[in-house]
Amino acid sequence: MEILAYLIPISLFLGGLGLGAFFWSIRTRQYDDPEGDSRRILSDDWDDRPKP
Amino acid sequence: MTATFTPSASACPACDAAPTALEVAAAARKAEEGERILLSVPAAHCAACISTLEKGLEAVPGVRSARVNLTLKRVSVAADPGVTAEKLIPEVRLLGYEAHELDAGMLSATDGDPASRDLLMRLAVAGFAMMNIMLLSVAVWSGAEAATRDLFHWISAAIALPTIVFSGQPFFRSAWSALRVGRTNMDVPISLGMILATGTSLFETMQSGEHAYFDAAVSLTFFLLIGRYLDQRSRAAARSAARELAALEVPRAMRIGAAGEEIVPVAELRAGDLVKILPGVRVPADGIVETGESEIDRSLLTGESLPVFAGPGAELATGEVNLTGPLTLRVTAAGKDSSLHRLADLVAVAEAGRGRYTSIADRVVRYYTPTVHAVAFLTFVGWFWIAGDARLSLNIAAAVLIVTCPCALGLAVPAVMTAASGRLFRKGLLIKDGTALERLAEVDTVVFDKTGTLTLGKPEAMNLDAHSARAVQVAAALAAASSHPLAQALAEAARAAGVSPAPVKELREVPGYGVEGRLGAETVRLGRAAWVGAEPGETTAAWLRVGAGQPVEFTFADRLRPDAEPMIAALKSKGLQVHLLSGDAEPPVAALAERLGIANWISGALPEDKAAFVARLKAEGRRVLMVGDGLNDTAALAGAHVSVSPASALDAARTASDIVMLGASLAPVAEAAGVARSAIARIRENIVISNIYNLVAVPLAVLGYCTPLFAALAMSSSSITVTLNALRVRR
Repeated sequence: MEILAYLIPISLFLGGLGLGAFFWSIRTRQYDDPEGDSRRILSDDWDDRPKP
Repeated sequence: MTATFTPSASACPACDAAPTALEVAAAARKAEEGERILLSVPAAHCAACISTLEKGLEAVPGVRSARVNLTLKRVSVAADPGVTAEKLIPEVRLLGYEAHELDAGMLSATDGDPASRDLLMRLAVAGFAMMNIMLLSVAVWSGAEAATRDLFHWISAAIALPTIVFSGQPFFRSAWSALRVGRTNMDVPISLGMILATGTSLFETMQSGEHAYFDAAVSLTFFLLIGRYLDQRSRAAARSAARELAALEVPRAMRIGAAGEEIVPVAELRAGDLVKILPGVRVPADGIVETGESEIDRSLLTGESLPVFAGPGAELATGEVNLTGPLTLRVTAAGKDSSLHRLADLVAVAEAGRGRYTSIADRVVRYYTPTVHAVAFLTFVGWFWIAGDARLSLNIAAAVLIVTCPCALGLAVPAVMTAASGRLFRKGLLIKDGTALERLAEVDTVVFDKTGTLTLGKPEAMNLDAHSARAVQVAAALAAASSHPLAQALAEAARAAGVSPAPVKELREVPGYGVEGRLGAETVRLGRAAWVGAEPGETTAAWLRVGAGQPVEFTFADRLRPDAEPMIAALKSKGLQVHLLSGDAEPPVAALAERLGIANWISGALPEDKAAFVARLKAEGRRVLMVGDGLNDTAALAGAHVSVSPASALDAARTASDIVMLGASLAPVAEAAGVARSAIARIRENIVISNIYNLVAVPLAVLGYCTPLFAALAMSSSSITVTLNALRVRR
């Protein structure tokens, strides 16, 4: 059962990493236009280079 | 994808890429300073729309960058100071989309929506904590013993306590503000349940007890936050869009003062001022025409579809639109004294009569909250009386509070409302009021206004075929020279029929009368009947005379809104009674009623008549849906059970109505009635489902059989059932 001493902190850390990533995505406005983003992926525009 | 060659306007793509990159970077910097134009584009719906709009707008000189937001259906444009929304709207129309201007100043207020972002943060924390605690709890449920169980409980407590403190705040705050003024709301039992469950679990953990409800307390927070978040999102979206639409009209007037012409806010106009009204501009105040001749469109005020002639001495009312020539107006009444104010009074009376509508959720909560408090309290007292053990009694009472948690109830209504209003928004309907859908579901009578609602308020040339090819060619040439709506409709119809205009020379518009020109040696005229020497008829018409020949009549009908006919048929097939109520003269109203198959119609109705008609239907016990766009409809809109107005409607009409129709098509109105009914059915089902769960779980909890595992199962399964049921509305 000593393995728990590693596994529990590791699982909390990984979960916390996910939580941090989610906070980042909210702060950088990734959810402002979910519908548009799901469609933009289908368009050929800016496939060669990113939109400046 | 990268292998495909994309043809570029220039031979060397890199050459034009370099300067654009610089320009766009500059635009981005400028954009941050607040140089933005916002357009609402209700018809945008696909990937092709995005790239058509963005490329099309970016090709307009002066536009630095354009970005479509498909979720909100709007385009945000960064542009040079000279570029205005009025210039961009025709460009967007050329691309094939209808556009309205939105007030960019509102953007900062609504774009971020900090309240829902805050809820999302708390939701994320609760979700993270719930998953971790659940993992630990599964270990406990599957038989962890003694020291291991205590360790897991302690770790759970370490995660749960800060989570409850952070994520539970919206509930605590709302409960506290209710308690402080001596009321209770749904958040009181929720907060009590959370605090009690966490508190007793912490105590149990300290005593190495067997049961801890940390998982239940946290997942309760999580599920309820979902409901709260959905609620917030849909309300914020409706509010922001409605507010932006309301900001469309900036009321200004051109006053002729001692120092020449100046632009002033309408509020600053006084009786006796002299105002200049250019063609296409709305009359800012009541007054009498001093100089100039023109035609006036009063459709928004009275519903009349025929333009009215106005010369010196004619009285104009606020809200009418000047069509052809510039006028100067001596203001007789402005602001509060104007005829508009009379309508505002009518609206106030009608709104007072509507009263407050109690939503289903409010009605349920009204009996739910006291019941839960009573059951939990009685459980505590009962167990204390039987067993005499305060710790055990408190534990069981906490379990009762957790099990009766209004999770399903908290999710039941917002989940359905979000799904339904999302579906309607995609169809182009904006729900402004939270209870509008519920009221819409109860509707049994629909009252329509004519001009601007069932029709577009734009004339359509009817009898081109009845004339000789030469007459049509001459008329097309003359019509193209005028901006009068009839002339434009005629020119458009001729273009559509492939008619090439005759070579008419010396074209001259006589404001208020028509257009005159010279064809070879003959004088040709297109305009009012009297001006070309004809007897005016009953229908809307423009007359053409070539030289000394007999005048010929081009007739017009008001163009129907797209899908008006199927919409009326759909409403009737749903068993709704349909009425047509118009301020227009009898012949056009009768013709339209017959064309659409509406048996009940009234013409020549004054604003007071419309409001009284709706009030009478209401007195008969009917639930009225009013659809209208004009000032003359405003009182009726405010008085009806629920009301819809198109985005093209006047500010006042949109403010008075509960639902705004963003696109030109009427089809969503019939669909909205169906969606509203199914949404309310789902809400009822959801409330029944959550009550069934409670009926099963509460007795078990009261008897003390509610283990943490059982509570978790009951809570999650009821929440999931309710959410899945709500999602059925989307299709």
